[in-house]
Amino acid sequence: MLALILFYIFATFLVAGALGVITARNPVYSALFLVFSFINSAAIWLLIEAEFLAIVLVLVYVGAVMVLFLFVVMMLDINLAELRRGFTRFAWLGWLTALAVIVEITAVVWRHGLGAIDVSRGFAAEPANYSNTLELGKVLYTRYAYPFELAAVLLVVALVAAIALTLRHRPGLKSQDASRQVAVRAEDRLRIVKMPAEKRS
Amino acid sequence: MSESMMTLHSLGPAVPEIYLAAAICLVLLFEAFIGVKRQGATGTLTLLVLAVGAGLTVAFADVTHRVVLFDGSYVADPLAFVLKLAGFLSVAVALLYSRAYLRNREILKGEYYVLALTALLGIFVLISANSLLTVYLGVELLALSVYAMVAFDRESGVAAEAAMKYFVLGAIASGMLLYGMSIVYGLTGTLNLGRIAGAVTAPDSLGVVLAVTFIVVAVAFKLGAVPFHMWLPDVYEGAPTSVTLFIGTAPKIAYFALALRLLAHGLAGATVDWTRMLMPIAVLTLVVGNVVAIAQTNIKRMLAYSTISHVGFIILGFVAGTASGYAAALYYTLVYVLVSLGSFGVVVLASRKGFEADKLSDYKGLYRRDPLLALAMAMLMFSTAGVPPFVGFWAKLRIIQALWESSHLWLVIIAVVMSVVGAFYYLRVVKLMYFDDAPETLPPTERSVGVRFALGVNAAAVLVLGVFPAPLLDLCAHVIH
Repeated sequence: MLALILFYIFATFLVAGALGVITARNPVYSALFLVFSFINSAAIWLLIEAEFLAIVLVLVYVGAVMVLFLFVVMMLDINLAELRRGFTRFAWLGWLTALAVIVEITAVVWRHGLGAIDVSRGFAAEPANYSNTLELGKVLYTRYAYPFELAAVLLVVALVAAIALTLRHRPGLKSQDASRQVAVRAEDRLRIVKMPAEKRS
Repeated sequence: MSESMMTLHSLGPAVPEIYLAAAICLVLLFEAFIGVKRQGATGTLTLLVLAVGAGLTVAFADVTHRVVLFDGSYVADPLAFVLKLAGFLSVAVALLYSRAYLRNREILKGEYYVLALTALLGIFVLISANSLLTVYLGVELLALSVYAMVAFDRESGVAAEAAMKYFVLGAIASGMLLYGMSIVYGLTGTLNLGRIAGAVTAPDSLGVVLAVTFIVVAVAFKLGAVPFHMWLPDVYEGAPTSVTLFIGTAPKIAYFALALRLLAHGLAGATVDWTRMLMPIAVLTLVVGNVVAIAQTNIKRMLAYSTISHVGFIILGFVAGTASGYAAALYYTLVYVLVSLGSFGVVVLASRKGFEADKLSDYKGLYRRDPLLALAMAMLMFSTAGVPPFVGFWAKLRIIQALWESSHLWLVIIAVVMSVVGAFYYLRVVKLMYFDDAPETLPPTERSVGVRFALGVNAAAVLVLGVFPAPLLDLCAHVIH
């Protein structure tokens, strides 16, 4: 019962956050609303005992992806008026699509009723010493070893491509040389000048 | 101990992928420490890697029957073996041709070769995919590598635009594919293509039709079939010619495998549905590809539309919906890759520093400037047009035979008529090279002996395989059955 109440609380926050993402005028607020949505969905995942995924969602999406997103949004000088131009012109298309989806969902529920979704078949509670992370690791490194490794290669490709497309070796480029920085001595940088002390008048 | 040895031994058929993944890391490290100092060394190493890979594939992956590994997500069969060898060969030839081109444009960097190898790994993953998850990972691995290759020349604004178009449209195609796959998973409860084939038995159920629609659209997108072809001419034209050569060849093998594994094997129960959908796509592809190619003045764009028309023929093989149709499509794909390697190779070799030989008028009087290049191009163009005794003739004939056997009479007529239309613009290139005078002095073509020899062998193969078509035809028929 408590889980159900918590679910509805988090779900409400999640939907509200998602609405905030698309309605906020300032992209920074949108990004923060998205962070809020992620945290709420992580809480819902905790309720279905997917602890590992919940933590990963917070660590990866909130901790890394969204922070990067905020950086980009704040660093780029985006002219919002320019972006919004033409929005009202195509708004009817959006409304039409939304209406079509609503009609479809209503039609499906109307015809089959909500009984088609069998809630009672949900997840059976696991024993207290059940480790979600362990089970996930076992499956990832046995049954799904091949796709898992491929996903790793995919990340390598993204890395290589990003570096190949952005790294430039231009002459006169200012860059740090860490070993030279470490090897520097005080004598190279600092010149102690002896001066006779001035007399106070 | 013995158990782990057993497991290692059973991984034999997966050697091509495992080896390639390790080789990618090796090439990447080599580039970081040695390649940056010695320009071109990474390219040589990559060719070596491909040769060793082909040898290892012959030694380990030459299976006589179907082997399923990695809990059903990987399949090795004679078809995969043949396609992987073709993949090694076509990537090696494409990289060999592009070397001077890359140097002239100052994009001869190790990352180019690394991306080519990761694309090849993606191709292999697709060829051996036996689950929806591996299919998708293969598609993305191949696509991501290729997007970066298209954008590789950072000085070129056209290339950046082409890469952007390719990326956005490719993402839409991936979305379509994933949506179709999610419906299939919802219907069958499994990602395994073999089990899906067993579960999808009611072709006319709404869910199956919906899933098949999205998957067909995604496959058509990836192949570049009309009306999902818009990206193809722009990308072919905008990308550096060496990249056009790359994406015009080896990835087609992968997308053939994608269509075969997903539609012909996984969704065999819904053959009625997808052949019905592919039929209009094939007809449109043939007509648009051939007719629009006539109006082109840029040879890369013309060859792009020619690619579209070839895709139409490959799809016709699937429309037949029979084993002989799939075998014909496989034969057509292999022949197409061979001929495209040559014809895009000629464009790469005719380009010099500061001169992109991409106008049709740049080929006027090529016969006088470089007889070998002109002869090779003429043979390749005759083959693409489907003139006997070149190999392109047999490819078209097999597709038409398969359609005839499955009693698609009007498709046979369209295919023949469109072949005749296509012959016009292929033979126009021959006319330009042999009978027109060069308007002004054009820079000389690539003179490197090794590359010219490779191109000569490539063109000769088109003739030899055309005179003796039986071995390759039998091989295609054998691996499909």
